[in-house]
Amino acid sequence: MKLWREFSKGFFKENAVFVLLLGMCPTLAVTGSAINGLGMGLATTAVLVGSNLVISLLKRWIPDKVRIPVFIVVIASFVTIIDLSMAAYLPDLHKALGIFIPLIVVNCIILGRAEAFASKRGVVESLIDGLGMGLGFAFALTLLGSVREILGAGSIFGWSFLPEGSTTILLFILSPGAFITLGFLIALINVMRRRFA
Amino acid sequence: MSIFLIIVGAIFVNNVVLMQFLGICPFLGVSTKVKTATGMSAAVLFVMTLATLITFLIQKLLLIPLNIEFMQTVSFILVIASLVQMVELILKKVSPPLYQALGVFLPLITTNCAILGVAVLVSRSTFNLVEAVVFSMATAIGFGLALVLFAGIRERLDLYEIPEAMKGAPIALITAGLLSLAFQGFSGMV
Amino acid sequence: MAERKKLPSTFFNMVVVLTLVCVVSALALGFTYSRTKDAIAQGKINKILDALKIVLPEFDNNPYQEKYTLETAPGLIFYPALRDGKRVGTAVQTFSSQGFGSEDIRLMVGFDVSGRIISVSVLGQAETPGLGTKMEEPSFREQFRDKDPASFKLSVKKDGGDVDAITAATISSRAFCDGVDKAYTALQQETER
Repeated sequence: MKLWREFSKGFFKENAVFVLLLGMCPTLAVTGSAINGLGMGLATTAVLVGSNLVISLLKRWIPDKVRIPVFIVVIASFVTIIDLSMAAYLPDLHKALGIFIPLIVVNCIILGRAEAFASKRGVVESLIDGLGMGLGFAFALTLLGSVREILGAGSIFGWSFLPEGSTTILLFILSPGAFITLGFLIALINVMRRRFA
Repeated sequence: MSIFLIIVGAIFVNNVVLMQFLGICPFLGVSTKVKTATGMSAAVLFVMTLATLITFLIQKLLLIPLNIEFMQTVSFILVIASLVQMVELILKKVSPPLYQALGVFLPLITTNCAILGVAVLVSRSTFNLVEAVVFSMATAIGFGLALVLFAGIRERLDLYEIPEAMKGAPIALITAGLLSLAFQGFSGMV
Repeated sequence: MAERKKLPSTFFNMVVVLTLVCVVSALALGFTYSRTKDAIAQGKINKILDALKIVLPEFDNNPYQEKYTLETAPGLIFYPALRDGKRVGTAVQTFSSQGFGSEDIRLMVGFDVSGRIISVSVLGQAETPGLGTKMEEPSFREQFRDKDPASFKLSVKKDGGDVDAITAATISSRAFCDGVDKAYTALQQETER
């Protein structure tokens, strides 16, 4: 039961994007379409799970004063592994996400979880925490990407539901749409949280 | 590309925060007062220029000749993290007044993705050393411009009545969206 | 939990741990790199091969291996197509930096021996989503099919040409024409010689 709590908190109660407001750069930048949002979310999840796992395994061998550099090296290594693997096996997605793949390194969520969770807790818990937080992040990005794609391009996951040549609200897939959509989504979640609390 | 085009492009057309979504965390985090926004911008200008200069040299003199470009992410982030620490130590010794002004912002900069972002962008471009440094300075100025403008708006925003659910992040994001919409008007200038 | 004591932060420990972590990281990355580098390179080649199949008439040689460049046309790559030893067409890999996006628009344009365009394929672009990106859609690209640039003017109607620009994306359309025109001009210069 406790593990389920560690897993599920990332989706709603401590959702990295909607509640903690972490990792905003990729959130805004790559969510022009649902599939890009999902891809970014899953790539981040993979890095988060990997770094949480390694750091919780190594925690006893890392002297306190150099812990941040060690965390950064571990995270950056996982990011590079994901970066190279995506370039090899998912070249189109890799190109669409562009420089935001190497920038997963500076996503505050990952270093934040390493420092606040993985460096203090056991291996299993850290693994579940990374998975939950990561999938919660992926969920938020996919949601944002879907809303923007539906309004801005008239399609969802690339499947167009409007007749050829229809006019869509382009603003939503351009940069201003990212800020505005996320602003309204967070406001909506604020309202829901107050209702249920 | 001429230097002038690089400068205008980096400050307005491809504004780092509003168009490229780099450095959003400090953009939302330290933009409640114009004074702190100015301090943060100065610190970013300083570190971004230095970081781009050093990572450019690492890329050209170390990673490419040795054929280990896949170590880029690891080496860049380590260099930036240690650079920030070093700047902090040196400023403390050499110029206490400057340290007073910028010191509190420096630790925040390591996780500012604009710094690493610009370093990676430069490494993927065809810029030479001078162009790279000019580009990084112009990008930092663009960051400062967006940050200070945004802080000015938010200071006024405090005085108004806002629906409960909109308070804090939502209204800030929507304001940023409108600002980004205004910057969209620069598109196609270069 | 019977937590054993953490390694103390002595200078020696810090140096050893950091060095070890970096070495392990470098080894892991070097291994990943060596495993993925062929796939990455192959992916890039495949993209070009796919484009060649679209824009060229049927061929039985290997245009990718026989590619060449010209000093008079920097940045352009030519892929000759042969059938039974006879030249049936040329694909030109071209680009334009006049687009809207942060990177060049890269195109593959196929010509038959008379200089007529067979088809155009987009290799890469970073135009405004929903506007300039429509250049990849057939509705825009197909208007170049089977057109002879000698009579079909390669610029948008706004500039007195024959190309229907993408709605609200004149700059991207202009850049697209610029890229195709570059390929055509270079190919003409080559055949004249």
